[in-house]
Amino acid sequence: MGLRGIMNHFPILTILTATPLAGALLLLLLPAGNQRLARGLALAFGLLGLLWVALMWVNFDATSTKFQFPEQHDWIESLGAQYYLGVDGLGLLMVLLTAIVTPIAMLASWRINDKVSTYMALMLMLQSGLFGTFTALNFFHWFIFWELSLVPAFFLIKLWGGPGRSAAATQFFIYTMVGSVAMLLSFLAIFWATKTFDFKLLADMGQSGQLTSALNAAFDGWLPSRHDFLPLVIFAGVFLGFAVKVPLVPFHTWLPSAYAEAPTGTTMMLTGVMSKMGVYGFLRILVPLFPEQMRLVLTPLLWFAVATIVLSACSAFAQRDLKRVFAYSSINHLGYCLLGIFAVVKFTGGEEPWNNEKAAALNGVLLQMFNHGLTASILFCFVGYLEQRSGGLRGLNDFGGLRKVAPIFCGLMGISIFASLGLPGLNGFVGEFLIFKGSFSLATWATALSVIGLLVTAIFLLTMIQRVFNGPLNVKWSGLPDLSWPERFVVLPATALMFLIGLCPQILIGKINVTVMHLVEQLKF
Amino acid sequence: MLAWTVYISFIGVVALMLLPASQARRARGVALLAALFGLAVGVVGVVTRATGMQTVVRKPWIPDLGISFYLGADGISLTLVLLTGLAAVVGILFSWNIETRAKEFFAFYLALIGGVYGVFLSFDLFLLFVFYELAIIPKYFLIAIWGSTNREYGAMKLALYSFVGSAMVLVGIISAYVVAGGKTMNLLELAQFPFPIAFQHWAFPLVFIGFAILAGIWPFHTWAPTGHVAAPTAASMLLAGVVMKLGAYGALRVAMTLFPQGLVFWRNEIALLAVIGIVYGAMVALVQKDFKFVIGYSSVSHMGFVLLGLVTINSIGLNGAVLQMFSHGIIAGLLFAVVGRMVYDRTHTRDLTVLEGMNLSKALPFAAGTFAVAAFASMGLPGFSGFAAELQVLIGAWSAFPTFAVLAGFGILVGVAYTLRVLQKSFFGEPVPDAEHAPHPLPPISIPERIGAVILLAATVVVGLFPNLLLTMIDDGFKTHLFDAVLRNGGAS
Repeated sequence: MGLRGIMNHFPILTILTATPLAGALLLLLLPAGNQRLARGLALAFGLLGLLWVALMWVNFDATSTKFQFPEQHDWIESLGAQYYLGVDGLGLLMVLLTAIVTPIAMLASWRINDKVSTYMALMLMLQSGLFGTFTALNFFHWFIFWELSLVPAFFLIKLWGGPGRSAAATQFFIYTMVGSVAMLLSFLAIFWATKTFDFKLLADMGQSGQLTSALNAAFDGWLPSRHDFLPLVIFAGVFLGFAVKVPLVPFHTWLPSAYAEAPTGTTMMLTGVMSKMGVYGFLRILVPLFPEQMRLVLTPLLWFAVATIVLSACSAFAQRDLKRVFAYSSINHLGYCLLGIFAVVKFTGGEEPWNNEKAAALNGVLLQMFNHGLTASILFCFVGYLEQRSGGLRGLNDFGGLRKVAPIFCGLMGISIFASLGLPGLNGFVGEFLIFKGSFSLATWATALSVIGLLVTAIFLLTMIQRVFNGPLNVKWSGLPDLSWPERFVVLPATALMFLIGLCPQILIGKINVTVMHLVEQLKF
Repeated sequence: MLAWTVYISFIGVVALMLLPASQARRARGVALLAALFGLAVGVVGVVTRATGMQTVVRKPWIPDLGISFYLGADGISLTLVLLTGLAAVVGILFSWNIETRAKEFFAFYLALIGGVYGVFLSFDLFLLFVFYELAIIPKYFLIAIWGSTNREYGAMKLALYSFVGSAMVLVGIISAYVVAGGKTMNLLELAQFPFPIAFQHWAFPLVFIGFAILAGIWPFHTWAPTGHVAAPTAASMLLAGVVMKLGAYGALRVAMTLFPQGLVFWRNEIALLAVIGIVYGAMVALVQKDFKFVIGYSSVSHMGFVLLGLVTINSIGLNGAVLQMFSHGIIAGLLFAVVGRMVYDRTHTRDLTVLEGMNLSKALPFAAGTFAVAAFASMGLPGFSGFAAELQVLIGAWSAFPTFAVLAGFGILVGVAYTLRVLQKSFFGEPVPDAEHAPHPLPPISIPERIGAVILLAATVVVGLFPNLLLTMIDDGFKTHLFDAVLRNGGAS
């Protein structure tokens, strides 16, 4: 208990968030031109983050439902703003994902030649923003990091992206800001009604119905007094903020361009971690605070989730640009997470038989968040490698028969593709299976329709394998170099992790299960 | 001691007039010294402040009319004095390259600063009015002589609008003086006087709008973009940064405290004007072709937040309004410094289409970085002072006018749009390979400019992360007796 006791008083979370920031500052102060130093330094700071998370992982008490490594200080008392950090199983998982994906993304960006230190500094700032978002427990504190993660992403797309980068970056920024401003307005209204920004307190109020009554009381007479209208409007604001981020169809249109135009390393961060910010928001904020409102609009929400799953898979099938294929595929995979969350919300809590299904679904959601983050980022990494070798080409029909000249590349990328598909034995299967198992009893029709998504995903992924890896060799690529040893070092650890989690998901479930059960019990409505 | 901010500014004016002509270096050195002294006094005043209101100087002036030379300071005054100090110093740093008639330039500059300090510290209505008027003359000359586009027109428009506003204020002040018995011009005493409700119903809008014209209230805001564009950099920094706050301050310090029932009667209408200003200013900024006009209209939009906060009449909204005064002062200073001094002085163009092709982010990386940070601060991104201020105004607005709060939120979004657009076009456009306009290398950003930029950037970040540094002062200021009636009538805490 000694080390854990020390850990609980050691500001590990502040250090976690501050380390990449310190690295970014250092990089910005470096004289430009020393590229090797910049890359090395950035990687070192990225790996340092991994070290901190490993320390946290080892000292995490998997039997406690409380927020661990807590840090709480008053910041602006008149505004109820506190510097409040803590992690539970969900936070720990997300922080781990960030710590793993960031160094890999940096390694995938090794070939960037233009303004390297600025690029790496922005990556580190992005990592800091992500760490902050996943560990903050007070809205003021949390919102700062939520918004601050947008700025480096914007510049990364804008300055190092492809031909359509300006429009993509602007669209990404403004779209997300619209959601954020809606969310901000809603939270300010909540603050006015309850005088607190603390997520835990607000969650308690949400569960007991106090939040709704506080909102109604504070804004008496403003909107039509049909009982639930005002809290529903406030809910809609927060919902919009997260729906844009996940993204949920129809708020997804910013994503394909952003993913396609961004440089590889940035896309890896976008799909691997930033998209999880949205799902995290649903779990941490929206569902605990607004259970009544979610149940009110549940049916449309479930259909949105199904639309997200099915429509994006079909869109992926229609794409010709590999990056866009995987972009739409990302939307599809995150749709499963939302399906799980919405299905859990459907039934009043406390009823015993449903608790197991809910726990299964939520465990699946968390696992899917982690697994998709890992798998999708590696897939984009591979596409990046392909693009480098082909001189910028990344069309579905530009290649063919690559297996003959680059067997290791095709083999390893194939593993990732099958993981994305959900092949048993690899990581993608576990999350998807649990979500479907749990949701089937809770929301049968929605789940049944979502299976179409699985089928279409299988179709387009296998089509991709056929067009790119198999078939007659396209003579243009007969000299294509296979995966070099440094590149193998980048992808092998992730691939090993895919097998590890696929075969022994208990490593993750062990840490998150208590949190998940706690969430399920909390959601009594 | 705080009175020295005023005295040293005018002493500086005299010193500058006594300098032998065409000694640019000496002139700016003298001016900088005076401004630094003023800033130092302001900082010391903030650090050693007592709670509540303190009297700095109080001497009878025209006893028969009840007019005294009464300078005092509370938390609100101190915040704005600090802002003025910062803006003054940085403005001089950004004017380091002025050569033509430098002596007169800095003399007018210091006179303006002195007038501004005077307004923020006056607690006698007559004295406040004198300083207020005193500030208009230097503005006219600064723009008319050293300005650029349409300078005579811009200067004249600005002066006329200001005089009209002052005339309205004068009528209001004199009526109040008469109705209260014609015995005193002391603000604190007059605020205690129970003015008849019917009187307040017309006196309040007269005085409030009169002051708010200088704050850029819609639809009397049109002097602002023209004036800002015409003014030389330091003048536009001061105009948008500090002088517009004079109007808001006057509205708060005089109109709201003297006529609290009038305020309650008119608050919805004023809130409507404020919100229109926020949204309209942003939408017009979105379509401008001239770099400086974008910033000019953005000032109108940001001041809308100040006015909205003032009429929420609850302590969170009021605190937010004053914080926004400080925050926007800093941010506007940054924006105008980049547009005017860093870009226009070098490229001699403010046309966004032309700038877009210049790829300025490569030629002027420091300017690009500064503008990027300033742009995000202007958007209200958390971590910068604008967020803390707008947050409070919005919370206050939720209580008083929920619909307007939502509209203001929409205004923030349009703000994001125009800021992103101008950031993109000005610094991060695609370079146009144009043989005709082969760009000659632009002179790098000089040391005074860098220092000025860093000061302002640091200010907005520090206040953004630790707004309590100012909020405790400001909140304290609102807890004095002067605002009792205002807050009581507002009905909410």
